[in-house]
Amino acid sequence: MSRPGAQFTTLAAYIQGVGLLGPGLADWQSGSHSLAGESAYSPGPTAIPAPAGLPPAERRRTGTTVKLALAVAHQAVAAAGIDPDRLPAVFSSSGADGFICHEICETLASTDRQVSPTRFHNSVHNAAAGYWSLATGATAVSTALCAFDASFAAGLLEALALVEVDRVPVLLSAYETPYPHPLSAKRPLPDSFGVALVLTPERGPNACARITVTLSDTEIAASRLPDDPHLEALRAAVPAARSLTLLRLLARREPGTVVLDYIGGQRVRVEVSECRQG
Amino acid sequence: MTPLLLRHFTATSCIGLGLQPTLDSLRAQRSGLAPCAFETVTLQTHVGEVPGVDDVRLPATLKRFDCRNNRLARLGMDADGLLDEVAACVGRWGRRRVGLFLGTSTSGMLETETAYRRRDAATGALPDSLDYAGTHNSYSLAAFAQQVLGLEGPSSVVSSACSSSAKVFGSARRMIAAGLIDAALVGGVDSLCLTTLYGFHSLQLVSANPCKPFDVARDGISIGEAAAFAIIERPPVSLDPDGILLLGVGESSDAYHMSSPHPEGRGARAAMLQALETAGLTPEDVDYVNLHGTGTPSNDSAEGKAVAAVFADRPQPVPASSTKGATGHTLGAAGALEAVICALALRHGLLPGSANTQRVDPSLGFEYLRATMQRPIRRALSNSFGFGGSNCSLVLGRAG
Repeated sequence: MSRPGAQFTTLAAYIQGVGLLGPGLADWQSGSHSLAGESAYSPGPTAIPAPAGLPPAERRRTGTTVKLALAVAHQAVAAAGIDPDRLPAVFSSSGADGFICHEICETLASTDRQVSPTRFHNSVHNAAAGYWSLATGATAVSTALCAFDASFAAGLLEALALVEVDRVPVLLSAYETPYPHPLSAKRPLPDSFGVALVLTPERGPNACARITVTLSDTEIAASRLPDDPHLEALRAAVPAARSLTLLRLLARREPGTVVLDYIGGQRVRVEVSECRQG
Repeated sequence: MTPLLLRHFTATSCIGLGLQPTLDSLRAQRSGLAPCAFETVTLQTHVGEVPGVDDVRLPATLKRFDCRNNRLARLGMDADGLLDEVAACVGRWGRRRVGLFLGTSTSGMLETETAYRRRDAATGALPDSLDYAGTHNSYSLAAFAQQVLGLEGPSSVVSSACSSSAKVFGSARRMIAAGLIDAALVGGVDSLCLTTLYGFHSLQLVSANPCKPFDVARDGISIGEAAAFAIIERPPVSLDPDGILLLGVGESSDAYHMSSPHPEGRGARAAMLQALETAGLTPEDVDYVNLHGTGTPSNDSAEGKAVAAVFADRPQPVPASSTKGATGHTLGAAGALEAVICALALRHGLLPGSANTQRVDPSLGFEYLRATMQRPIRRALSNSFGFGGSNCSLVLGRAG
């Protein structure tokens, strides 16, 4: 348990389900083999499936960002074997939908300024959280965070605080899609990447590992993936892909520690233990 | 939940820069809404524009953050001695033990909107001067505030549309309860921009006139802008009776529609009940409700039903009002602004009357305050609901 005023408080949870989508990473099932080194990793454009659970009219309205956030969330929830309808959810991303943002800015710079109402309500940063609750009927707390390049670590801390304080399973979905030209020059992101974790306070039947997380102000640099230049480039370029060092430990079912970049001089230290074998 | 002390709070909106003018405006039921003359906007509407935002100058070291939203943030931080209070808070707990959780819906989006008018004719490139991370990105608000305030603790921006800066109270209270931090600066800053003005207009949710929440003839929102902040921390053993506490937080999702509330206010009801439950209170314990009350026919109707249902068993109807007739709908700043208005109501025994509302919708099952009342109150509930069916209710109370 955490102690008020303690300098280095630890937050802990079991990882009960993982979702993954990225360049050359079709889902957690196959992607984890590549990350573990059991099969060769070959980069290719991220393929994002149509979102499950939404009525056709709503499905047509969703953009890439929402599709990505929902796809990884569905994977993680299915792997966890937890009904999503009462599951609190944390959605974290450094940006909202870049294409919608671009279209709205183009329209506003034109003479008629007729913004599409659907584009407008899909432009909000919490669009993914909203569509997730429509798709699953989830009525519990959900939030939509941004911490720029630290958005994965910030989402992880928010989700772990929910697990610790409310003692409930929590879904974390962290995702990023690239901006089109000309915004891409201001915020270059090479491709889409999404990761989702279902975090639980107790060890469940599908738990794949336990994580204990500490804020650290040491000067230890963030962990890297030096043996794979493609994955390391992805990790360094996309905020949600900062999770790759953690995901590789999970894929290898290997206890260990990774350090994630966080805000300012701080780091988030994640210790992986109790890995399920087989 | 363990109550947390609002050690300090401040608000800047079109009804006042800082607490005293805000209080004076609430007492006088003064609205800050005026015909829209913002930027190049040609819509027939009223807005709650904060005077003097364009005159704010950021120091050279913070130039990359220069945009309307961060100028408004700076204006808000300069009111009521917030900078000194944050420094004192850091002194009590340490700079890494003070969190920073802020809400915004559009951050410095206006910079990118206007930069799109200045794209290179040949390449379509945006001007070099546009700094995406410093202005447009949602986190730019917190990154800027960290620099100004010297904070190094856990931090994030909540961007859940119009519930954003109510939900930061929830994030902060969980981080404090989990032991990651001992105190937090929470708040919200949202500023006028074209995306929200034209976007809400496209949804036909904007009134041509000053908004009149819960009026029979209400016909839409008036968009405003604001910066509001509160320092929340573990309370000391002995409390000043005038101290204001955060007693409860309730958060829910509608699971109904992206831009319309559930018609019976299902999610709103769940958020209010959860806020009361976490506070260990019953509906009878609430002396005032600051309604989300945007002034659209469907929003006010849904919230009205939800409030009537939550407070149905009280012997006396609960007094309630929306303050958006005065401030406009300040979107991502509304939760924090209205939490501060509730704190003022509790401290000064003031129940704000609803500016602009003439004929109260007779179908309401509670006491809608058209006129401001002076009487001591102990507990207030504040509602904030947003797109995507994101709901948050806060319960605040007096220490004594």
